[in-house]
Parts: sequence; structure tokens; C-alpha cells
Amino acid sequence: MFEQSIWKTVFGRLTWESFPIHEPILLGTFIVVALLGAATLGAVTWFRLWGWLWREWLTSVDHKKIGIMYMILGIIMLLRGFADALMMRAQQAIAFGANQGYLPAHHYDQIFTAHGTIMIFFVAIPLIVGLVNYVMPLQIGARDVAFPFLNSLSFWLTVAGAILVMISLFVGEFSRAGWLNYVPVANLENSPDTGPDYYLWALQIAGVGTTLSAINMVTTIIKMRAPGMSMMKMPVFCWTALCSNVLAIAIFPVLTGAFALLMLDRYVHTNFFTNDLGGSPMMYWNLVWIWGHPEVYVLVLPVFGIFSEITSTFSGKRLFGYSSMVYATVVITILSYLVWLHHFFTMGSGASVNSFFGIATMVISIPTGAKIFNWLFTMYRGRIRFELPMMWVVAFMLTFVVGGMTGVLLAVPPADFVLHNSLFLVAHFHNVIIGGVVFGLFAGMTYWFPKAFGFKLDPFWGKVSFWGWVIGYWVAWTPIYVVGLMGTTRRVRHFDDPTLQPWFMVAAIGAVIILVGILAFVIQIAVSIKNRDKLRVTGDPWDGRTLEWAIPSPPPSYNFAFTPVVHDLDAWDDMKARGARAPAGGFKAIHMPRNTGAGVIMSAIALVLGFAMIWYMWWLAALSLAVLLIYSIAHTFNYDRDFFIPADDVAREEQARLAGGEA
Amino acid sequence: MANAHPISEPSPASAFYVTEEEHHGSGGGTLLGFWIYLMSDALIFATLFATYGVVSTNYAGGPGPRQLFELPLVAVNTAMLLLSSITYGMAMIDMEAGRKRATQIWLAITALFGAAFIAIELYEFSNLIAEGATPQRSAFLSAFFTLVGTHGLHVTFGLIWIAVMLVQVAQRGLVPENRRRLVCLGMFWHLLDVVWIGVFTFVYLLGALR
Amino acid sequence: MRDLRFHAARLRLAPILPLGLLAGCQRDVLNPAGDVALQQRDLIYTATGLMLLIIVPVMVLIVVFAWRYRSSNRDATYAPDFDHSTALELVIWSVPLLIIIALGAVTWSSTHLLDPFRPLDRIAAGRPVDPKVAPLRVQVVAMDWKWLFIYPDQGVATVNDLVLPVDRPVRFDITSTNMMNTFYAPTLAGMIYAMPGMQSSLHAVLNKPGIYEGFSANYSGSGFTDMRFRLRGVDQVEFDRWAGGLRRGARPLTTAAYVALERPSEKVAPTYFSLPDRGLFPRIVDRCAAPGQTCASAIMAADRLTDGWLSPDGGPPPLCKTPSEVGKDQAAASRQAGRPPEAPAAGRAASTVAG
Repeated sequence: MFEQSIWKTVFGRLTWESFPIHEPILLGTFIVVALLGAATLGAVTWFRLWGWLWREWLTSVDHKKIGIMYMILGIIMLLRGFADALMMRAQQAIAFGANQGYLPAHHYDQIFTAHGTIMIFFVAIPLIVGLVNYVMPLQIGARDVAFPFLNSLSFWLTVAGAILVMISLFVGEFSRAGWLNYVPVANLENSPDTGPDYYLWALQIAGVGTTLSAINMVTTIIKMRAPGMSMMKMPVFCWTALCSNVLAIAIFPVLTGAFALLMLDRYVHTNFFTNDLGGSPMMYWNLVWIWGHPEVYVLVLPVFGIFSEITSTFSGKRLFGYSSMVYATVVITILSYLVWLHHFFTMGSGASVNSFFGIATMVISIPTGAKIFNWLFTMYRGRIRFELPMMWVVAFMLTFVVGGMTGVLLAVPPADFVLHNSLFLVAHFHNVIIGGVVFGLFAGMTYWFPKAFGFKLDPFWGKVSFWGWVIGYWVAWTPIYVVGLMGTTRRVRHFDDPTLQPWFMVAAIGAVIILVGILAFVIQIAVSIKNRDKLRVTGDPWDGRTLEWAIPSPPPSYNFAFTPVVHDLDAWDDMKARGARAPAGGFKAIHMPRNTGAGVIMSAIALVLGFAMIWYMWWLAALSLAVLLIYSIAHTFNYDRDFFIPADDVAREEQARLAGGEA
Repeated sequence: MANAHPISEPSPASAFYVTEEEHHGSGGGTLLGFWIYLMSDALIFATLFATYGVVSTNYAGGPGPRQLFELPLVAVNTAMLLLSSITYGMAMIDMEAGRKRATQIWLAITALFGAAFIAIELYEFSNLIAEGATPQRSAFLSAFFTLVGTHGLHVTFGLIWIAVMLVQVAQRGLVPENRRRLVCLGMFWHLLDVVWIGVFTFVYLLGALR
Repeated sequence: MRDLRFHAARLRLAPILPLGLLAGCQRDVLNPAGDVALQQRDLIYTATGLMLLIIVPVMVLIVVFAWRYRSSNRDATYAPDFDHSTALELVIWSVPLLIIIALGAVTWSSTHLLDPFRPLDRIAAGRPVDPKVAPLRVQVVAMDWKWLFIYPDQGVATVNDLVLPVDRPVRFDITSTNMMNTFYAPTLAGMIYAMPGMQSSLHAVLNKPGIYEGFSANYSGSGFTDMRFRLRGVDQVEFDRWAGGLRRGARPLTTAAYVALERPSEKVAPTYFSLPDRGLFPRIVDRCAAPGQTCASAIMAADRLTDGWLSPDGGPPPLCKTPSEVGKDQAAASRQAGRPPEAPAAGRAASTVAG
């Protein structure tokens, strides 16, 4: 009895039963992850890389390194999220009639929740933020972001959130309430386990990171553009990054608020979203969708920017309709805030309210349509080089218009009454997220990879990956559209109607084809690193048009030895046309931020805090909160946060690059 | 924008590169960034206000605002916070004039008013809870405690920040970094005032007059 | 509506989605057995048709431009500085705008016409509702994880078996005991949420006899997958015989039976009851169907009247009351205010929150 109470005091509700050693799938996964982890740590130790890792990466405040780390995080989590997708596809392909499939409800429900959560919060967001982080400061001719330390903190907080989600695989369980952790399922009385708590703490910690990062990016774009770069001379990618981040600042506080209220419900038994004592579950739905719909645009706007840059570069043309592109982006930003109710037309809000939100949703398709036309007329009378990034653009345009069409269809309330929550809806949003965001991210990664590493990605494996994704997408999701029209709903684990099975089998095959695409991408990176000397490029491998191509690849830590002066929208194209050359001498000392470990350390403490709260280890929670506060305050006593790179060092670095035949 | 760029002979480097002086002063960036952060914080409060608005009459058979709110006490509390804003303004005037000692004194006075505000709020909360009007009793009370409590947490955080600034000003004086921090803290403190005026009007006054 | 048909006929040839392959399935959105679902399907065709007007040309242009302006084709014009054309911009913005205006008009009218709260005025195209026939009332309760259908006028109730007379308008009143679900039979009509403490409505009609499937389309926890019901369309005579048989022979749905039924259970086979208490459904909405629960409407009435404590003496309120006590409270409260007791929170309660 006494021992038990000691155990409870120390470990909260964590017991031996919290470790799923009796579930073979999880145990197997754990062993693989543990072996891989041990191998990685062992390798780092063996090659004595800890110091290097700490100095050059973990403590780095360089926006380029943080951007790369965001991309690595996103790709690792993509593998996890895609493993979940494969498991769901396998379950739905076999679970017909007497066959219950291999996943019990308890496990299946966690998988679809984790899949959605991970893909949006820990794949799409990190990849987008990573690209913006890497590219945007280069495009505006800046040497770093406005708040370099905050950038590091944002990244590591996102990592902390991702780690919490991963821990939930092996310690306790993850939420079973859908990717938005819907109440009443996520209410304490319906889910007393750790699931929703893992979800809430992981997303709150990562959400703080996302909000801070958005503030950082907006400030950077407004304050740190090179001389001469007025807002209307800013590359479209920066415009879309600006709108996306403004939108993120406008919505993430709402999500933080909604999650905080649900946490209060779960931890101190308040009555915000309960069924009784005056609570209202519908309020939660409103709050999360006020975040949820604009979030789609937070992800897709920067991708529109990527497509604009690539189309213009590979068509060898100025972007058609730059200002209409900018206005379209701004209009989408504003409208996206006014459409959230279309996620629950079927809640019975009345015909006029439904019509308003339905039509508002359709109106968004006008600026989006204008964008498609702008890319189309950028290709018109161009000289299109079909290298990989451009192939992604064409695949995107053909795929995305279908997703846009089904989206507008779902915005018609009476049509939504029969398609809401159906697999048609699921196919629609995968159509826009894969066909839009994922294709765009691959286009962007292929396009800017040579800038970041100084060598191109291997084109053969890139094409394998491209065709794997594109063919796989259509094979996997066309049948899902079809079964959706047959009235099949989402999140179902088992079907009675055997006529549906062939469709799900085809969808599963499609998922395997996508897997080929993903594996080919990983192989592509490995092959490219191996053959990097053959793939080596100069600063401007694609005949680029914007400032990031004006500097060597990879760029020096300070980006620009001399800050460029901008005269034209396509600043670098203009400089090339007018024969501008960077000065070869007269270097000045460059003012740069100093590295700091504070971001990693604070995020690690936040991780401990989250874990302690999830398992009710109150002493540890209180301790980590106190340490976090004290450490943060102590950090503000450090006034020595920047330094100068001496002019001689700059001169040496620049001349070495010139001698090497670069830039 | 639409015109073709003339192909001319090589231009001097100075037309395309800043060869002379550095531009990045990050001070303006910090203030802008902090202001944007405050807007995001204001949105959290907006969420809490909206939530309160939705459930503000869901007493679930429990007590309502007219039984609970003691307007005179809340008025005193409001006065504390408003006065603290004025004294913070005084601190800023002295900071601008470079008077370190006076700045510190006004900051300390601000902190005292803020601490009084928190003390009165805690007293109010403890009374409510003693009467059985706990956050668990009804959605109305959940929303009330959360909205007012979140504001109170912000003020508490502001108090810690003032304490830190007092130490840092004592250590280093009114150096540019400290001035920048004091300006940020000032924006933060005044925003809490604005939020409180909203709380006072929409929660207390409208609640008691309903 | 004739307009819609016209588009629908054209659209069946649409190349994008293999719609033709879908015929013949009994729960098909595209092959409905009820007039409401039929109109919703036709609307899908119309909207898709309107959008294809622009989607198809755009897709063709993408392919044509990509091919024609490939870099190896030196015959194509190359105009690297062509980046603006007012005429083109006008087309780019106005064509989608026109289509959205058309679609918006369709949306506005169809949303009002097919509003689930609106009583039907026809049972099929060209067959107006007979004003003498009152709609059949069915009260739907989503429970964890099964469906309870109450026929208050017939005095019977079923679990997971919804029997409807064909060609008779039906008014569904829908609520839930705990989770949020949607009440959905694809061949009958669109779905509507079943929410705890709220009542939503759906008007529909089934035109073809047969056996169909219905389910919840909103994930609601571990038993969700098997939360399915059978929908049977029979003629009026057979319906009356069926209901009469149950009323006489089936086990009564007493309070004790209801409380037992409310407990979470999965994969529940169809079960049948007679209904001794026709006030059961309002009390489920009111969250006081089980003994000892205070009705939400009584609490809300008291909240409005006394602006606080339920008991007038200022002491803490009794948290658990029997329905009769609540009734007395309510009556007393009403007398105080000089107005009749409030009806239970019903109708469009949802819209006050969701809107």
C-alpha cells in the first residue's frame, strides 16, 4: 500500500502496463526504432561528432541550418506518418465481411488520429517553415532573420512536440479522437487515458514554436529587405510567405486557446466542452475550425509561391501578372478566415448561414483560379526546360485543379449533406494536400537543394520519385473518390459490403506506389551525396532570377558579403542582364548573431514538462516549470549575443570561392 | 515593371551592392516583432472573450454574476491597474530623460500597484470558491475564471518581468538593450490594461447589470 | 429543377469520375431511393458540370502550353518579357467570377430548398404533398454505439432498424446521448448531426420499397464502425401492421430498459420495443431520461429567472432531482415570472452556437 503510494507520487499514472510489450506491432516498431537510434548515437560517438553536432547544428542560430533541420524533421516524420497511412490502407483493403482485419479499433483509431496530426503539424508545417526559413532571407538579401535565437527556439520546440508524439507510440497511447482531437470523444469521461493529453501537450509545445516562428518571419520580411526592394518588388515566394505567416499569427492563438480550454476540462474538470453543466462541444468545433480552415492556406500559399518561382525560372520568363498574383494571395488570406463553418454545414445552422459560408468558400476559388491562369500564361511564350522542379509544377497544376473542383462541390451545402465526412471528402483534401502542398514541397526541395548543398539532386532517382508520387497519388485516391460517392464514410475500420473491396485494394496498391516514390526520394538523397562531385554546381545552376542565386552555393554563413541593391522584381536576372559584378575587395566586418544552446535546453525542459503533465507526475511538472522560468530569466542576463566576422575572414572566404571558380 | 531592362554596359558595383555602410539596426525589428506577438496574445484573449460570450448565461443552476460580483471591489482593482499604467508612463518619461534612479522608483511603484491588483484578485477568487462558486460548477464560472485568471497570469508574468528589469537596470543602467526591453514591457503592461477594461466592461459591468 | 436535369443528363458522360461504374449499389449517393437525396445528387451533377466548363479548358491548356513551349521546340515564339496583358487579366478574373456567380445562385436557392428543417412540399417531382397526410414522426437517438428510433405516434421503438412507409413524408427529430454522430442513410437524404442536449431535424421521404443501409458518418469512438442500421421501405399497410404487432407484442421501453440500453455497447442486433412513455424523447434531449437527473430546460429556465442559484433561498442547489421535482420547480419559477413553462431547448438550438 505504502509502496504503491510512493510509486504514484513519483511516477503519477505511469505503470508497467503503460508499456505496450504485449502488442507485437508496437514492440517490433520499438525494436527497429531503438536499434536505429542506438546505431545513430553510436556512430556519432564513434566518429566523435558530438562536439561538432552541438557547435555547428544544435546551437546554431543560422537561418540556413535551422531551415535544413526543419526539413530533416519533416522528412523523418513523413516516414512515420506514411507508415500510419500504409497500415490504414492495409486494414481497409482486407477488413471485409468475416475478416476483421489485423487492427483492433483501439489501435486503428490511434493510427488515423496520429496520421492526420503528424502529417499536418509535424510534416507539412516543418517542411514549409523550413523552406521559408532557408530561402526567404536569401531572396530579400538579408543576412539572417529578425530574431535568430527565437528561430532556434521555435525549431526545437517543434522537435519537442514531435518527440512527445513519438513517445506516445511506446509509452501509453495516443489520442483516438481524430486529428483535431474532437470532443466529446476527447472529453475526460470518454477518454480518461493519456491519449488526448499527449495530443494536447505535443501540439501546444509545437504550436508555440510555430507562432513564434511566424512572428519572426513577418518581422524579417517587413524590416530586413535589401535596399530598393519595395513590397511590390519582392519575390512572390516572399509575398506568399508573408501572407502565410500573417495568417498563422492570426489563427494559432485561437488553436492554443481552444486546446488550453480542453486541457482545463481534462485537468481541473471545468465545463467548457462537456455535455452537462452548461458546456458546449460545438464550441470546440467552431474554435478548432476557425484555426483549421485558414491552416490549409498557411500551408498552400507558400507552395503557390514556390510554383511561381519555378515556373518563371524554367520558362525563362518574367512571372505573368505579378501584381494580380500578389492581390490574389492577399484576398485568399483574408477570405480564408471567413469560411470555417463549411466544415459543419450538417450541424443545422440554417439555410442562410450555410449559404453565406458556402458562397464565401466558393469565392476563394476565384483568386486561386487566377493564380492557375497566371502560371499558365507564364508558360505561354516561354522556353520551358522540363527539369524535375518544372515537372512537379505541371503535375501539380493538373492534379490540383481537380482537387479545387471537388472542394467547390463540397462547398455547396446540400451536396455537402451527402458528402460530408465521406471518403469523397477525404479524397478531396488529400487531392489538395498531396497534389498541392506535397508536390510543391518536392518541387521546392529539388529546386533549392543545390543552393543549400552545392550539388544537384540525382535526376534519375528524382524522376522515379516523381512518377511514384504522381501515379501513386492517382491510383490511391481515385478509388477513394469513387467509394465516397458510393456513400462510404471516413474512419471506418471494417466493411460489410464486399463490392467495395476491389476499390480499397486498388487504393492500397496506390499507397505502395507512393511508397516507391518516398523510398526513391531517400535513395535520391543518398545517391546524390555519394556522387556529389559529379553533381557539383555553381551559385546559379538553374539560371535563376532572384537574389538567392546571386551568392555561392552553399552560401557563406553571412549570406551576402555586400548587401545587394534591388532595382527590379527579378533582381538577379536584372543584375545579370546589366552585367553587375560583386566587388572583389573592400570587405567590411560583418555583424552576426552568436550561437546559443538556450533554444535546445529550453525545449528539452518543455519536453520534460509536457511528459510530466501527461503522466500526472506533479512534482516533476512543477520542477521543470520552475527550471524553465529560471533558465529563461537567466538567459536574459546574457547581453553578449552578437559578434563581428572580421573583414579579413570575409575577404579570405570570398576570395577562396572566387578562386574555386564559384559564383 | 513591364518594361524590358535595357542591356547596357557593365554598371558600377556600387549601383548593385551596398559597399559603404551596414544597415541592420535590429531595434525597430524587436519592437515590431513584440507588437505582433502582443496582437497574437490579444487573439488568445479574443478567443477567451468569445468563449465567455457563448456560455456567459449557462449557470447550470449555479450562481450568476449578480450574486457573485462585488463591483466596488472590482472598481478598486481596476483603479490599481489603471494607476499602474500611469506610473509606468512616468517610468518611461524618466527613462527617455536618462534618469536611472527615478526610472527604478517608478517601476517599483508600478510593481506595487500590480501586486495589489493580483492580491485583490486572489482575494476575490478565494471568496468565490469559498461560496461554492468554483470553476467546475458551471460553464459560466469555467469561462469567468479562465478569462480573468489568464489576465491575472499575464499580470503576474509582468511583475516578474519588472523585477528582472529592476535588477538589470541596476546592473547595467539604461543601456540601449534595457531601454528596448522597457519599451516592450511597457507595451505589454498597457495591453493588459486594455484587456482589463474589456474584462471589466463585458464581464463585470454587463454581468451585474444584466 | 428541369434545368438541373438537363445538366445532369449531359454530365453523366463526364470523363473525370467514372460515375457510370457506380450504378446498382444499394447505398449509393448517386442512385438514391428518396426524393431529397435525388435532388442532392442532381445538384452534384449541376455543380460539377458548371465547374467542368472551366476545368476542362484549363487542363487542356496546361498540356498544350507545356508541350508547345518546351525548350526544344525552337519554332514557338519566345517572349521573355511578356508579363502583363490587361485583356488577359480581365478574362482570368472574370471567367471564374461568372462561374461562381452562377454556382452561388444555385447554392443559395438549393440550400434554402433542401434545408433539412423545412417541411417537404413534394414527395417526388410532380407529386406535391397531400395536405391531409401528416408527416410520420420518427425520433432518432444516437447512442454509444447504436441507433434508437422512436415512433411516438405508433407507440413503438426500435434499435438499429428504421422502417418507413414509402411515399410518406417523414419528420426526423434527432439527438444524441453522449457522442456527436451524424444520422445518415445515403439513399434517403443528406446527413444531419445528432448532438447531445440538442435537437436537430430532417425532413425526407423514401420513394422505393427495399432494404437500404444507414450509419453514423461522424467518428464517435470505439464502436463507431459498427454503428449501422437497416433502413426498410415498406408500403403503408405493411407499416401499420408491423407497428401494430410491435405495440401489442414487444417488450416495453421502460425507464429501466432505457437506462440499460444507454450503456455503451457495440454491434447491436435490431431490437424492438413498445413505447409506454411518449415523452421519452423530449426528456432525452433534455438530458433527464434517467432517474435522478435534472432537466436542462428546468435549469435554463431557472438561470433566466433567478439569474443564479436554483433554490430561491440562496443556499446551494440540490444537484439531483427527480423529474417531478423539476417540474414543480419549473412551475414555481414560471408562476414567479408570470409566464408558462418554457418548452425544452429544441428546434434550432444548434444554430445559436454554431452560427
